[in-house]
Amino acid sequence: MIHARGLGRRFGEKRVLDGVDLDLPRGGFMVVTGPNGSGKTTLLRLVAGLLVPTAGELHVDVARERVGFLGHEPLVYRELTALENLDLYGRLYRVPERRERIGMLLERFGLWGARNERADSFSRGMLQRLALCRTLLHDPDLLVLDEPFSSLDDEGAALLDRELAGLRRRATFLVATHDPERLAPLATARLGFA
Amino acid sequence: MSTWLRNNQVPALAGLAAVLLCSAIALVFFYAPEDADQGLSQKIFYFHVPIALTAYACFGWGAWKALLVLWKRTSGADLESYVAIHQGVIFGALTLITGSIWAKISWGVWWTWSEKQLVLFLVLFLFYSAYFMLRFSVEAGPQRENLCAVYALFGVVLIPVSFLAIRLSQRFIHPTVFTSRGPQMSTAQFATFCVALAAMIALAGALYRVELLSKRLDARLRELRELLA
Amino acid sequence: MSAYFHDVAVLARKDLRLELRVRNTVPAMLLFVVAALVVFHFALPSDSSELAAKGMLWVAIVFTALLGLTRAFVAEREQRLIDGLLLAPCDRSAIWLAKTVAMLGFLVLAEIVALPAFALFFSGIDGATVAGVALADLGICAVGTVLAAMAVAGRARELLLPLLFLPLAIPIVVGGVGASVAGESGRYLGFLALYDAVFAIISWASFEYVVTE
Repeated sequence: MIHARGLGRRFGEKRVLDGVDLDLPRGGFMVVTGPNGSGKTTLLRLVAGLLVPTAGELHVDVARERVGFLGHEPLVYRELTALENLDLYGRLYRVPERRERIGMLLERFGLWGARNERADSFSRGMLQRLALCRTLLHDPDLLVLDEPFSSLDDEGAALLDRELAGLRRRATFLVATHDPERLAPLATARLGFA
Repeated sequence: MSTWLRNNQVPALAGLAAVLLCSAIALVFFYAPEDADQGLSQKIFYFHVPIALTAYACFGWGAWKALLVLWKRTSGADLESYVAIHQGVIFGALTLITGSIWAKISWGVWWTWSEKQLVLFLVLFLFYSAYFMLRFSVEAGPQRENLCAVYALFGVVLIPVSFLAIRLSQRFIHPTVFTSRGPQMSTAQFATFCVALAAMIALAGALYRVELLSKRLDARLRELRELLA
Repeated sequence: MSAYFHDVAVLARKDLRLELRVRNTVPAMLLFVVAALVVFHFALPSDSSELAAKGMLWVAIVFTALLGLTRAFVAEREQRLIDGLLLAPCDRSAIWLAKTVAMLGFLVLAEIVALPAFALFFSGIDGATVAGVALADLGICAVGTVLAAMAVAGRARELLLPLLFLPLAIPIVVGGVGASVAGESGRYLGFLALYDAVFAIISWASFEYVVTE
């Protein structure tokens, strides 16, 4: 599903990614590890289509609307409520039975009670959960997650564990994390950055 | 084309430009007949108009390369577009300067709003100067290439639109109208004009190639330095 | 086709709703345009013609629009919200169209106050002026939205936008002032329509490239 050869990306003069080779078949679960600033985020953004490569080649064999991306920013509008945010993305992604799906996700991530509150009143953990709702809203085939467990409390992390296990068979995963052991039982491949 | 010419394109072009420039100067001052009412001052016309036309050509070339950046994703087109526009701004500034000198000699003022070409160049000069502000404000990379290319294309569309606007504006701004030289030129004048035009274009071409060469060398040096690091 | 306009509607509604919640762009534009008109009163010597004042209206509009446009993509940039829109299956140009429509809304709201204020402070507004303002608004927002997206990609964003925008605004000012002042305003209105058509097309086509990183 994802194929990269000699993939490189520079920002100005700085070369953040250089000569990366990657092969992730459909149904795979790849864990990307490495210290801060090693290029994990850049790789994920390239795969999600938010960046274009400056060197090498990258083929992502999935349509844009089938990709779910979770980055460092939750990508929610602070002045809109949780419900309004998800409704916006739901409409853009043409999610079938939008209202039901939104309700179900908010429930699953424990945000149903806060659905009519503006996102700027959310804690970081709640924002992360809302971001996860946004990511999973359109039932993507490829999930690109950049440190999904960050900011989550124990309850949130447990919820995410459950979701990932549930989705394991239905999607392909590319996950960057500082805690690879947590995902070890799910992972089929590992990519380490120096 | 002989091998020597192929290998030495830049010096050959520079040589051609030098020859044409000298010929043009010689023709302007010794061959072309003096204008009946404007006298010596009219000679600057042989520089001002070719410089202006060359500037347009540079902006046009820059826009063409910009189109290649966006459409064909040709590598190197971004640098070529940038250098072309850089040359265009230089020649544009020269247009304004020679135009101003001509206005001073002919009508005693350093600036006049009645000369549509001059006003157009002022607007374009502002526009393309902003191009450089844009370029130096964004980090190098695919996005900067795209932004500069889009802006260059906006520029080339602005040229005719601005000209129309300036023409329209003169209906209600009513500037003092100065009598300007007629478009009819004698054969001698026309020949001189053509040589001068060829000289300016050759000069722009040579400067373009030289600057392109130096920028490419810079880029190559940086690449090598990185490989060593 | 209808999917495209559906996306535009969704995005434009989002921008308008956000402004309704935050309420910082439109009030600022309103206040700015009235303040500018007051400044112009003091800037025009007593024997200036009525026509000079009409010209100042256009200066006020251009700079008020600039104020609004500067805010157009700031949130998208700072919180990377543009990523959310770029990930979505909608056409990039739909983002441009939606933002242009929203900006148009804000500008028109500012003008609903500006034009009567102008009539109060200086002289009456005729139909040709209103038509000119309407056409000019389209051009300003279409071009301004693309330039705002460009400016926000760089370092000195608030400084950059006026530099990029003003040369392109010159034909708009000519068209607008001509429509207000000259006898045959039809010619100027036609020119504004031409500007709008030409620049809307290239703005629409080029926006995709402007947001690609």
